[in-house]
Parts: sequence; C-alpha cells; structure tokens
Amino acid sequence: MKILVCISHVPDTTSKIAFTSDGSQLDKSGLQFVINPYDEFALSKALNLKETLGGSVTIITMGDVSVEQTMRKALAIGADDAIRLDAEPTDPIMVAKAIATAINDASYDLILCGQESIDYNGGIVPGALAALLNAPFVNACIGLEFDGSAITAIREIDGGKESVTANLPAVIAGKKGLVLESELRIPNMRGIMMARKKPLTVVSADDLEALSAAQSFKKPQAKAAVQLIDADDMESLVSKLHTDAKVI
Amino acid sequence: MVLVFAETWKGQFKKSTFEAVRYGASCAQMAGSHCTALVMGACDNPSELATHGAENIIHVSDAGSFEPHAFAGTMADIAQKDGAKALVIAGTSNGKALAGILAIKANAAAISQVIALPESMSPLTVERSAFSSKGLEICASKAAQTVLTLIPNAIGMTEVSPGAGNLQSAGMSGTALAVPGEQTVASGSIPLPEAERVVSAGRGLKAAENWGMVEALATVLGATTACSKPVSDIGWRPHSEHVGQTGIQINPQLYIAIGISGAIQHLAGVSGSKVIVAINIDPEAPFFKAADYGVVGDAFEVVPKLTEALKKHFA
Ligand SMILES: Cc1cc2nc3c(=O)[nH]c(=O)nc-3n(C[C@H](O)[C@H](O)[C@H](O)COP(=O)(O)OP(=O)(O)OC[C@H]3O[C@@H](n4cnc5c(N)ncnc54)[C@H](O)[C@@H]3O)c2cc1C
Ligand SMILES: Nc1ncnc2c1ncn2[C@@H]1O[C@H](COP(=O)(O)O)[C@@H](O)[C@H]1O
Repeated sequence: MKILVCISHVPDTTSKIAFTSDGSQLDKSGLQFVINPYDEFALSKALNLKETLGGSVTIITMGDVSVEQTMRKALAIGADDAIRLDAEPTDPIMVAKAIATAINDASYDLILCGQESIDYNGGIVPGALAALLNAPFVNACIGLEFDGSAITAIREIDGGKESVTANLPAVIAGKKGLVLESELRIPNMRGIMMARKKPLTVVSADDLEALSAAQSFKKPQAKAAVQLIDADDMESLVSKLHTDAKVI
Repeated sequence: MVLVFAETWKGQFKKSTFEAVRYGASCAQMAGSHCTALVMGACDNPSELATHGAENIIHVSDAGSFEPHAFAGTMADIAQKDGAKALVIAGTSNGKALAGILAIKANAAAISQVIALPESMSPLTVERSAFSSKGLEICASKAAQTVLTLIPNAIGMTEVSPGAGNLQSAGMSGTALAVPGEQTVASGSIPLPEAERVVSAGRGLKAAENWGMVEALATVLGATTACSKPVSDIGWRPHSEHVGQTGIQINPQLYIAIGISGAIQHLAGVSGSKVIVAINIDPEAPFFKAADYGVVGDAFEVVPKLTEALKKHFA
C-alpha cells in the first residue's frame, strides 16, 4: 500500500505561546517544534500498515527550511521519503491545494492526516484535501482496518462512535485510537542514522494564493486570581456559583 | 445571504444548531441580508428554527445518514444558487467533517474555531481561537465566500428577532463517497463538546470504583462526566471521556476538576470553560492558577459535601 502522511510542524504542547510585540505573528524564539501530536498517531498507523501489507510511507509537510528537522524525525521513526512544500502554511485551503497539486500523479492509496494541528487548530486541511482529490473522507478517526479492497474506519461522533466503509484511495484524519498510545513509535539510533540519507524532495509552492490571513494575535485575558473556598463550606461555593458566576 | 448548516440528531436539532442559526441571523443582520437554515435528513419540526432567526428554512428530507461529501456538495450547490457569502457550521464532529470539503466545493475560504461575531462582514473578519486556546487571532477572509466553523458554546445564544421561517424543500445534489454504518451512542448525558456543565476527575481519585461520587455530583448538576488522560489510559474511564489537548476540547459554562493536577495539556482542552472550579488536596497544584474557584481538600470529603449543598440549592 502506498501511503502518504501529512505532517504539520507545531510548537511543543508545553510551550508558552507568545506573539511578537506588534501582534502580527507567533514569536518563534525559544520555541521547541515537534511533529503535531495527532500526526504521530497517523505516522505510526501508516508504518503498521506498511509492515503488514508492504508498500511505502511518504511524508509531506508545507513549511520553510526549518521544518526539515521535524521531517527528519518522521523519517527516523520510519517513513521512507519526504516532500517539503516550500511556502509558509498560512492558510489551510492553500496547504490542501499545494498538497493535492504535489501528489497529483503519485496515486497514493491512503492519505493519513491528524485530526487537527495544535497550532492554529483548524482541522480544515484534511477535508479540503479529500474534496480536491475527490476521495472518501473520515474525520475524528479512532480505528482503521483494511480488508484487502476497502477500509472500515471508526469515527468519533458527538457522544459516541460510528463505523464508515469506503474504497481506496481515501483521506483519513485521525487521533489517538488509530494506534494505541503505547504503540506510538519513537526514533532509535539506527533510524536517526538512516534518516540522514533518506530522500527529502523540496517542491516550490509559493504560487498559491492564501484565502485567509491573520491580521493580529493576542493572548487571552489572564484569569483573575483564584478565590479559595473553605473545604468545609460548600454552601458558600454553591452560593458564589449561583450569585456571582451565574452558572447554576 | 448567510447559509447555516442546521444539524439534527434523531430528528431533533442540537443545541449547537440553535447557537449557529442565531449566529447566522446576527451575521445576516450586520450584512443587511437574511439567514437561511439548511436541514438535511429526518427532522421533526424544521419550523422551530424561525424563532432562532431563520428567514428561510430549506429541508432536504431524503438526505439519509450523514456523509460529508454528499452533505457538503448539496450545501455548496444551495449556497451558490442563493449567493451565500457566509456559510456557518457548528464545530461538532460532523460539522468539522463538513467544513474543509465545503470550502473547496463552495470555492470559499475557511475560518475555523470562531468564538465571536464578525468584526466586519466585508471583508469577513472574525476572532478565532488558536494554539489550543493559548492565543486569539483576528482572521480576515480574502475570498467572496467564507465557511465559518464555530466552537460550540463559545458564543452562546445571541439575541435575534424571529425570522419568517419560510419552509422550502430541496433534494440532495451531492454525491456520497463513503458508506456510513452502525452508530453506538452513550445514552442519557449530553455529549461533551456541547455540554454546559462538566464534572471531571483525575488520577487523584485512585481507582475506577471511586467514580460513584463523581457521577452523583454530575447528576445533581445535570452535567456530563469527563476525565484526565491518564485515567482513560489506565482504563478507569472510557476514552470518550478524555478531555485535553489530545482528547476532546470542551467549552462548558462550568467545569469542575477533581483530583486533576492541571497539566498544560489538560488545560489546553478545558480553558474555554467560562467558570472553573478546582478541587485538589495539594495547595500547589497548577490547576489553582487556572481556576476561578479553588477548594484545597480531600476529594473524598469535599465532593459529597458539594453534592449535598447543591441538592439543597436545587431543592
Ligand atoms: C503530548 C501530551 C499530550 C497530553 N494530552 C493530555 C490531554 O489531552 N489531557 C490530559 O488530561 N492530559 C494530557 N497529557 C498528560 C498531562 O501532562 C498530565 O500528565 C495529566 O493531565 C495528569 O493527569 P492527572 O491530573 O489526572 O494526574 P496527576 O498528575 O497524577 O495528578 C493527580 C492530582 O490529584 C491530586 N490528588 C491526589 N489525591 C487527592 C485527593 N484525595 N483529593 C483531591 N486531590 C487529590 C494530586 O494533588 C494531583 O494534583 C498529555 C501529555 C503529553 C506529553
Ligand atoms: N503545513 C502542513 N503540512 C502538511 N500537512 C499539514 C500541514 N498543516 C496541516 N496538515 C495536516 O492536516 C491536519 C489538520 O491540520 P489543520 O487543518 O491545520 O488543523 C494535520 O494534522 C496534518 O496532518
């Protein structure tokens, strides 16, 4: 099976987020970047499928040269080769169009994405990509089986689960459940050595137009200091929730 | 014109649907146009949307089960016919499945995680949440059409005047590419992304059998239960209850966190809550920095007392 995994390069989950003083963009200084946590599940699932079915796993990321360090990590985890789309991923539709164009005649059987990227938290790219490829789409995917001709995916719906069947090629946006957390793969020494030699192709992608643009960023207002309530006086907590906070 | 996806569940509108229709009606008012709601599939009372501001209600009764390409294709065709500039969707699981596909089919920009009414309708400019609620972004559309996905509960029920609610029917024009199958849904409680009140507990509760008091508290409040990640990883609670960065993101009015330390990845999924109460035995627990109200104490003593106090309040 020929699999593509879309990987987004995001600030580590523990990062303190700050914006440049003019509020125009993310202040990247001092930030540690990682593979988007949801995409790690997609990558590990892709590698499991390759082991049982044969084939290849290609990763693709849109971003400037700094994303290559994250891509090398994905190669060290076990992907075979990589494509970097050389442009700033400022708009999800632009990212989807660039990916669709770049893989146009490569005929992947399966395209695995994360449910959303934890930087701008859009969750738009995978569906847009499915529409551009006219391929079946399953989001919030927490389980995926392949029976030789079709896939059966389990997706989370509000308050429950749903199973969906589709033919390949298909686009899946997944999360924990795609593989177990204990099955997430991490790079080993040999993988890291090999990753240096694996092919990473750079494709120019700056001819695409962004359909949206960030005008400014700011931090949410800091919460007022916590009001401590005596553990023996739950009546006063209830009265504050009712009278001050008006939530009950 | 503003077109709103009016999602139903077993023939009834979801609460997030009313929020989205009201949002659409408010946008339409700003733009001096009107709001149309699109209902797909079985629906007991489509006209109910008039009170939430829908001028027109289009009902596609033969839509069948939700399939994102079929639904998005149909919605895009209706948007094009009616010249819709803003396409509004509540960010439920199905809403999120729809958004990206719809943007391509409707030749639209997509702005997700929207948390406020637009600052301007032309160009469409709106505030959205980014970086797992650690940042706010003002985002402007550069396209003639824009898909807006709202975070459920974040905006609330905006004040609108009722619309005429002209009911029309339409057929499916989109094509399905996948086959939706069996659904299993936990009955009873409101799904986490839509819940107004959430009671959540962490590893501080020490064992699965201790959840009785959490459920009792949730029952008095009419709340949905949730848990921290390690709790679902150990198997004390189902994965569907796991909230946080890698779990479900919630936006309730009230979030009560019991025996949860308040790690940044947990906060990332719950900091959209309006009011947070943290109950923790450790006065240094990081959750107290993110909470509005804090109770330093043993959950096994505090939670039953809180449940009793609430019972008295609601009696
Ligand atoms: C990439 C990544 C993603 C993650 N995603 C998530 C996520 O989505 N959601 C999530 O929740 N976590 C997530 N985590 C894990 C997170 O970092 C924390 O480890 C986790 O939230 C801790 O869970 P906890 O608070 O239940 O447990 P603990 O950290 O063990 O805290 C237990 C708390 O209970 C208190 N306590 C103990 N006894 C009592 C008592 N009798 N009464 C009252 N309080 C008591 C303790 O003081 C302590 O504060 C993620 C981590 C990583 C690295
Ligand atoms: N810049 C990017 N390059 C490659 N894939 C991406 C990029 N941004 C997003 N994706 C993919 O799309 C998913 C959802 O991202 P988003 O729509 O940005 O929330 C991610 O989990 C990735 O799989």
